[in-house]
Amino acid sequence: MSWLKYGFAVCLYLLQCTDAVFEDQVGKFDWRQQYVGNVRFAFFETHSQASKKLLVATEQNIFASLNSRTGELFWRHVDKTGPEGNIDTLLVHGQDAVVVVGNGRLMRCWETNIGGLNWEVVLDPGNFLTAAFVGVQDHVKYVAVIKQSAISFHYLSNGHQKWIENLPDSDTVQYQTVYSDGQGEVLVLGVVPNSHIVVIAYNIEDGEIMKQTSVEAPWMSSLEESCVVVGEGVLLCVDPITMSLYTLPLNSETMADMNQILLQSLDLEVAAGFQPVLTATQPNPAHPPLASFFLQLGPEHHILLNLNDNGIITTLRDFKPSRLAAFATSGEKTVAGVMTPKNETACSINLFTIDTGRRLLDTTVIFHLEPNGGKPSNLYIQAFLKKDDSVGYRAMVQTEDFALTFLQQPGRVVWSREEALAEVVTMEMVDLPLTGTQAELEGEFGKKADGLLAMVLKRLSSQLILLQSWIGHLWKLFYDARKPRSQVKNEITIETLSRDEFNLQKMMVMVTASGKLFGIDSKSGSILWKHYLENIQPNSAFKLMVQRTTAHFPHPPQCTLLVKDQETGLASLHVFNPIFGKKSQISLPTLPRPVLQSLLLPLMDQDYGKILLLIDDQYKVTAFPSNKNVLQQLQEAASSIYFYLVDSSQGRLSGFRLRKDLSTELIWEVVIPVEVQKIVAVKGKRPNEHVHSQGRVMGDRSVLYKYLNPNLLAVITESTDSHQERSFVGIFLIDGVTGRIIHEAVQRKARGPVHFVHSENWVVYEYWNVKARRVEFSVLELFEGMELYNSTVFSSLDRPHPPHVLQQSYIFPSAISTLEATLTEKGITSRHLLVGLPSGGILSLPKMYLDPRRPEGNLEQSREENLIPYAPELPIRTEWFINYNQTVSRVRGIFTAPSGLESTCLVVAYGLDLFQTRVYPSKQFDVLKDDYDYVLISSVLLGLFFATMISKRLAEVKLLNRAWR
Amino acid sequence: MASSGAAHISMSVLSTITLLFWAEFAHCNLNRRPSDALDTDFSVPVEHSFEIDDEPRFRRRGSLELRAGRESGVTISQSHLSEEDRSTLKEVAAVDGLYRIRVPRVSLQVDRQTEKQADGGYLTAFVKACALVESHLSDVITLHTDVTGYLIGVSIVTIPGTCRGLEVEDEVDLESFNTTLIVMAPVNAPMPETAGFIAALEMEREKKEKNPQEQKSFFAKYWMYIVPLVLFLMMSGAQDQSGGGNGGGAANGGGR
Repeated sequence: MSWLKYGFAVCLYLLQCTDAVFEDQVGKFDWRQQYVGNVRFAFFETHSQASKKLLVATEQNIFASLNSRTGELFWRHVDKTGPEGNIDTLLVHGQDAVVVVGNGRLMRCWETNIGGLNWEVVLDPGNFLTAAFVGVQDHVKYVAVIKQSAISFHYLSNGHQKWIENLPDSDTVQYQTVYSDGQGEVLVLGVVPNSHIVVIAYNIEDGEIMKQTSVEAPWMSSLEESCVVVGEGVLLCVDPITMSLYTLPLNSETMADMNQILLQSLDLEVAAGFQPVLTATQPNPAHPPLASFFLQLGPEHHILLNLNDNGIITTLRDFKPSRLAAFATSGEKTVAGVMTPKNETACSINLFTIDTGRRLLDTTVIFHLEPNGGKPSNLYIQAFLKKDDSVGYRAMVQTEDFALTFLQQPGRVVWSREEALAEVVTMEMVDLPLTGTQAELEGEFGKKADGLLAMVLKRLSSQLILLQSWIGHLWKLFYDARKPRSQVKNEITIETLSRDEFNLQKMMVMVTASGKLFGIDSKSGSILWKHYLENIQPNSAFKLMVQRTTAHFPHPPQCTLLVKDQETGLASLHVFNPIFGKKSQISLPTLPRPVLQSLLLPLMDQDYGKILLLIDDQYKVTAFPSNKNVLQQLQEAASSIYFYLVDSSQGRLSGFRLRKDLSTELIWEVVIPVEVQKIVAVKGKRPNEHVHSQGRVMGDRSVLYKYLNPNLLAVITESTDSHQERSFVGIFLIDGVTGRIIHEAVQRKARGPVHFVHSENWVVYEYWNVKARRVEFSVLELFEGMELYNSTVFSSLDRPHPPHVLQQSYIFPSAISTLEATLTEKGITSRHLLVGLPSGGILSLPKMYLDPRRPEGNLEQSREENLIPYAPELPIRTEWFINYNQTVSRVRGIFTAPSGLESTCLVVAYGLDLFQTRVYPSKQFDVLKDDYDYVLISSVLLGLFFATMISKRLAEVKLLNRAWR
Repeated sequence: MASSGAAHISMSVLSTITLLFWAEFAHCNLNRRPSDALDTDFSVPVEHSFEIDDEPRFRRRGSLELRAGRESGVTISQSHLSEEDRSTLKEVAAVDGLYRIRVPRVSLQVDRQTEKQADGGYLTAFVKACALVESHLSDVITLHTDVTGYLIGVSIVTIPGTCRGLEVEDEVDLESFNTTLIVMAPVNAPMPETAGFIAALEMEREKKEKNPQEQKSFFAKYWMYIVPLVLFLMMSGAQDQSGGGNGGGAANGGGR
């Protein structure tokens, strides 16, 4: 019988936990956006006129095809992160796209229509240098791959290697260019810096060296940067020092010297300190390149030049000013597109013929720069022939902030993609402001009272405004009801943003690694504002803080972004309004010294902004905002402001106390020797977390009180010894005020990366078990015991007794990418852990499964307490995946925020993709279901009401009759 | 069952580590060494500082005596507070100052003293001076070590820990420390308990085998009730079908 009971209990738990999305709810509360990252290579598919494919390879090691009409993804291949999956080059010919990956480790050929793999070959080891298509008799048949010491030929049709040959003198010569014009040989060009150029001609058929020459070029340091091949095989180089162009015919029998042409003789001048750039085009690898080329002489100066058969260079057109220039080919026609700045906010793009430099009529496209965007960095032109044989085109502009904008004549933006969002580093969710009328009411209470009559009048006027808006709303409803449903669009713009009834719609403020900030509506996922911060160093650390929430009308909400340069440690602040993205005019403190720590105090200044303290490397404190009121408050509260610093290079954790004069004093120090273990992560609790229940009711109705120390830090260390038997992960729980080590444990035979969550009275961490070769979870819970030491207030200085620590570990049957816990308004709802898996799933794992009090065996008392009997393995149920089939690639972080409904937690997962949804860890206990039967309940109520009326009447009549009797 | 007792029992049954008695009281893991070879005592100074101006000036408070050998362990020996110190402490307590202690970074394993001596650096901790005064100098000093026995942190708490502003009249109460010394080494975090779980499953199975009555399925146990019920339902269902078919036809007809 007990077995039956046990089974029944398990069934009950399962029922309780089952919480999946219904089919008709797909996409109702959630959305996903897929990104590819900053584009490095982009090609428009040109083999047919109607083609609408754009092939891109990105810095995020992604090769993808975009629909050039809509900007949506056709398909996407996500390779490994890091240098192993780095895309070295992308070559496109017809329907074949050849990608070399991982410094020449692999070469793959993709079919561009459906993104299928044609073939993949493993290349011989060696440093990858360059690759090119090689054509024979008008057909592109081979791919030539140049590595550090060898050249190999592969068939384009199947990837098989045709031949491989060593490159002579590869230890001194840097081979950088491969060139073929469709004749019987392929030329490999190398350079010995500041000495000479080496040209080797290989026979395409068998790889035999046909010819090997070297040409003096003492001024040259790199072929790649300064040379191109133009016309019928003429190597053209530019030298900024002598201000001249050099030409070298590669096909002639006697290669003597390079022919020097002074730029001055062409009436050209290089801008000071600028490395001139040559750009040529070879539309078909089986044919020689074209004779026209661009020479960029300055940041805003391009020239279209032509090299004729006699080796004479003529200027076709001088573009000054010009930002970007690009060639485009459609069929037999090749044109040049040039972007010229028009004014501060707009650029115009025009097409020019390349043989004469004549501007084509009606080809102007205006590109409007965004007010807070980046400058254009790349131009891609898709040319096509119109019916009357004239050339039309579309243009894609890439800007410094990783945005792609696709333009059509006469300047319509067809689509734009914000690829910066592929690398979100931190985010916050901010409540939307109230509507104007609500704010009016709020404002009335906020202001100081100014007389009885004035207050009455104000109240009346605000009531009138409310009435007016209600009538307006009714009218709009009535008006919209007549229109067909498809036409009624609730477009969300910044002006119409307002908080909804349950505060489910919020503003997501996202900070990306490129330094671009976004404001995204959490309901629809549409980008409402963006702001590009220029001069952000790569690898900067970002910390986003909400200094003032939306709750303090009429003061606007205020977010502060702390940007810290990792190398110098110097930091800067960017203060902005999170709803509109506008930069605040507030005066910022100067931060001349590296910043070590920042802390947002719960104290507010007179404008309801939380005070931010920044501690520099001399332990001096800077307050922001910094005015008299703030300083006075700080002086009053100084003795209760403590902070800690972590120096992981020395394993030192130290605590400081603020003095009245805003200097600091060291009060505690803990040093974990770095020879044994190194600190990898330190996490406190989230400041906006609420804990509803002080304790847990046990099976016998007694209460086990939680140890709720808001100053507790979880410190995770990893052993320096990585031997299987001796490696360990250390867990320290340290009080951030007193420096007292509350708990200290080591997980033996374990290794990182450790992901962990620290919340309420528990820490959950995940590690790799080296011995058993599996991922394991461990949970620590802290309890004060059966009675509280001081139930009214918690003080770190006055908790002499150490808490009881319970711990249990479990096996998790999957690797994990990130870990976060759900968060709700009041903390009544049970907690779930959100686990981002490398497979792209986001698992909502009930915390109930990670409870160190899970008993072995099935006791009466633990059943009473709803404890699940211990099982060493944590289950993964498919219905726990909150993103069903909407996989989130390379999930890097999960952000949770409470909503106005206690049952609902808003979740945003970010990585390569963005995914937003809502989770209900305890189901929607405070919401009526969608299919709630209002008709039934109201008819029953009405029925009962009438029944009571009638029976009352009948009873009266009966009483009356009885009285008469 | 008494409530508190039940809690302890259930906690230990839950196979989780109860860290009530986890701290090794003044005891260090040195038993492996043959005792008599190296029985030299080693002492580590404990210093304290309490100043009106809050600038730390550390003075000797006592010393930790590390002993090797069979009766290995750590004890603290400390002297009485001088008259002057007592009055300073009271003054510091009155201005809500701090009482700090510090110990040098050393290894608590006597045989390792020679290895990492010249490291320098101290570990510091503090407690409010008023709390120390009000507790009549009864404090708990905890020394935390890492896996190798090297000191990584020190903490001091007073019992009770509050500052109520009580006046300590009797000077005698502030004469000598009543110190409890605890050495805490890291505990081993538990691994997933696969063995125990499998054993429990085995036991369950054995129990079932011993008791075949339990093993019978639901149907096997209650077939004598189920079969007549099913028969009855089938028979009544067959009757219904003939009658129901007609009824259904009529209903359909009515619908048109």
